[in-house]
Amino acid sequence: MMDEELRSELSRQGVVTTTLEELYNWGRKNSIWPLQFGLACCAIEMIATSMARFDIARFGAEVFRPSPRQADLMIVAGTVTKKMAPQIVRLYNQMPEPKYVIAMGACAISGGPFKEGYNVLKGIDRYIPVDVHIPGCPPRPEALLQALMTLQEKIDRQHLTGEGRARHLDADAPGEWPIPEFGKHDLEPPSNPALWQPPPMTRAE
Amino acid sequence: MRASTSPPGCIGTDGEHTLLEVSMGPHHPSTHGVFRMDVTLDGETVVKLKPVFGYLHRNHEKIAEKNSYLGSMPYTDRLDYICSLTNNWGYALAVEKLTGLSVPERAEYIRVILGELTRLINHSALAGFLLQDMGALGTPLMYAFREREKILDLFESLTGARMMCNYMRFGGCRCDLPPGWIEQTRSVVSRFPSFLDEFESLLTGNEILQARTEGVGALPGRLAVNAGVTGPMLRASGINYDIRKVDGYGAYGRFNFRVPLGERGDVFDRYMIRILEMRESLKILDQALRDIPGGPIMDPKAKLRNLRPKPGEAYGRIEGPKGELGFYLISDGGPNPYRYRVRPPSLINLTILEDMCLGQTIADAVVILGSVDIVLGEVDR
Amino acid sequence: METLEPLKGRIEAAVPGIRVEIVPNGSPANPASLLLDSGHARAAAAFLRDDPALAFDYASNVTGVDWPERTVREKIKVKRMVGGAEKEVEELSERKTPACLEAVYHLYSMARKAGPLILRLRTENRADRVSLPSLTPVWRSCEFQEREIFDLFGIVFEGHPDLRRILMWPEFTDHPMRKDYIAPDDYEYEPTPHGATLERARRHYPGGTAP
Repeated sequence: MMDEELRSELSRQGVVTTTLEELYNWGRKNSIWPLQFGLACCAIEMIATSMARFDIARFGAEVFRPSPRQADLMIVAGTVTKKMAPQIVRLYNQMPEPKYVIAMGACAISGGPFKEGYNVLKGIDRYIPVDVHIPGCPPRPEALLQALMTLQEKIDRQHLTGEGRARHLDADAPGEWPIPEFGKHDLEPPSNPALWQPPPMTRAE
Repeated sequence: MRASTSPPGCIGTDGEHTLLEVSMGPHHPSTHGVFRMDVTLDGETVVKLKPVFGYLHRNHEKIAEKNSYLGSMPYTDRLDYICSLTNNWGYALAVEKLTGLSVPERAEYIRVILGELTRLINHSALAGFLLQDMGALGTPLMYAFREREKILDLFESLTGARMMCNYMRFGGCRCDLPPGWIEQTRSVVSRFPSFLDEFESLLTGNEILQARTEGVGALPGRLAVNAGVTGPMLRASGINYDIRKVDGYGAYGRFNFRVPLGERGDVFDRYMIRILEMRESLKILDQALRDIPGGPIMDPKAKLRNLRPKPGEAYGRIEGPKGELGFYLISDGGPNPYRYRVRPPSLINLTILEDMCLGQTIADAVVILGSVDIVLGEVDR
Repeated sequence: METLEPLKGRIEAAVPGIRVEIVPNGSPANPASLLLDSGHARAAAAFLRDDPALAFDYASNVTGVDWPERTVREKIKVKRMVGGAEKEVEELSERKTPACLEAVYHLYSMARKAGPLILRLRTENRADRVSLPSLTPVWRSCEFQEREIFDLFGIVFEGHPDLRRILMWPEFTDHPMRKDYIAPDDYEYEPTPHGATLERARRHYPGGTAP
């Protein structure tokens, strides 16, 4: 990109140089507004993160918006049940691009301790794309802050042009994700095949 | 039932008015989780209110039939996730009744101390959330969570986890108190009354709180009893029924504490009952921390692995911070329970929600729901 | 309640035609329960609530239980002709316990600070005759709990003001807490699957084998 020595020399003279991409990403990553979306126990740890001791406000993210139209980040905190899954996908569709998803806790990643349940969706990444996963049951507030920092680094690395550009600048990327319907025994479809396939088993008999 | 984001419809004509049907939730800032209310409004007045839940139904009872008795203990943490230790206690009590185990003295005192600390966390978080529903966005909650963090530090040093403690066992507790824990707890408890005084001076005399809660959502005592309401909500309606006094489980018979009662059963009474209960909990904590004996913390006859109770059934209940938390277990002699049932206080307290909200405005419905104190993990299990 | 015999007598006196049976409880120091017949259950419940000496005004817990048909093998003593003389011998006999669904009510009295009294109501079978009288008109607290039993077990409560599914979505057709319910086959992530879990996991990969 830019020669670092030249950049530091110029900045010592009082001239700040940057690229449009860095500036754009810097503005975006330091003011992520999460959607107030707590489902279960992880929601209490999310609330604790926004309280005075752990203070997510330092990262620019204390404005938890109740409305999806005004949020950029959906922290899926808690178990996703099959009854709730269509609403989650609907809310995700209503968020404007660029939007990110953090799957907080074991339940949102893969069903967690409740994975044998008939009403539990085994992971929210079956229907919506997830950017950062946080393991834990529940993850400590510090873990949520680290996930937010990881997301910030991910946003920093996004490109504005070219093949691997960010999803919101790509006209061919899907705009709406399909919403599952309530079937007689299960959700229909049980997962979105374009998005999620069973992960490869590395060890088998 | 259509989903929450479908447009509200006007149903029918009722004289000159049309009624508006609104679905509040499941994603809503004030519904304390994934809870939905189908409200029918005449202007702003609630005409009909049907709660809908199941959005957090995690099949706890079905999973418990496949797990051993001890294997269900971590799942009980996640029922009422703000108060995990009292959930553990209720389940341990039910299994102890089923198997005939007894609990040593020191373990009983430890259980009382942890139970009352949990009650403090729950009631102060409730006051914070209730005020947040009324519009004091965040500030009382910040104060309540500041105290909560101090108590969570105590839990973490004892049990290893902030929230999902998984500490009680059948016949006692998992591990003994680390050195210095009693002194730390004493210092937290001694500073709590000044926090309560500060909280009360900011909130109880506040005219907005009084205007929004006095006379709102009144619940008569007889209806409360018939509807199965328990906990602070029942005592706010004037009925003197506290399972700590009635059943006398654990070591509660040894402590000197009063049961505060309300008069009108409205939201203000429920809020005040919780503040007064916090003060009574502090009294119990002082006595328990002073009198805790030494000794073992587990029943020597208790067997954790391969626990196979004789065929039979038992119902164990405790006075949880939200109401009567009961566990009903049927054993068929095997290592897994045949039927494992949780009696959720939040679900049963919601039975009467419609009756309390009829004729009030929709803003009052939010405040009334906040005063019922529900946690969806318990309602849906 | 030390023993339930006096109470059983009082209920039978108050509600003519009712059949009450005492069901013992095997575990230590736990109360027995009363099995009521469905036809007169609501009248008995109203008596228990309104009688001033009993005053069971609070129904704490309503539980559904599924009892599928079981074969019980036990040794019983029968008289048989052995070598010309009648003797008592032990024989292995098999009997099938009847299949039913059950609703268990835990009642307490807030007025007298007493309880619990446990009532049981059983359906006739698990297939088509699965209705029981609803006790919601007597104790309002049964409302949501009976709806939950209807949702998860399939017992139809007659006289319930609003009987519909409460925890599962309305289009759902199964009753998941029954013992013979088979959950839909969702891929559950397991890091080192083996045995039955491995077989179930393999079905989710194209071609039936793990990649």
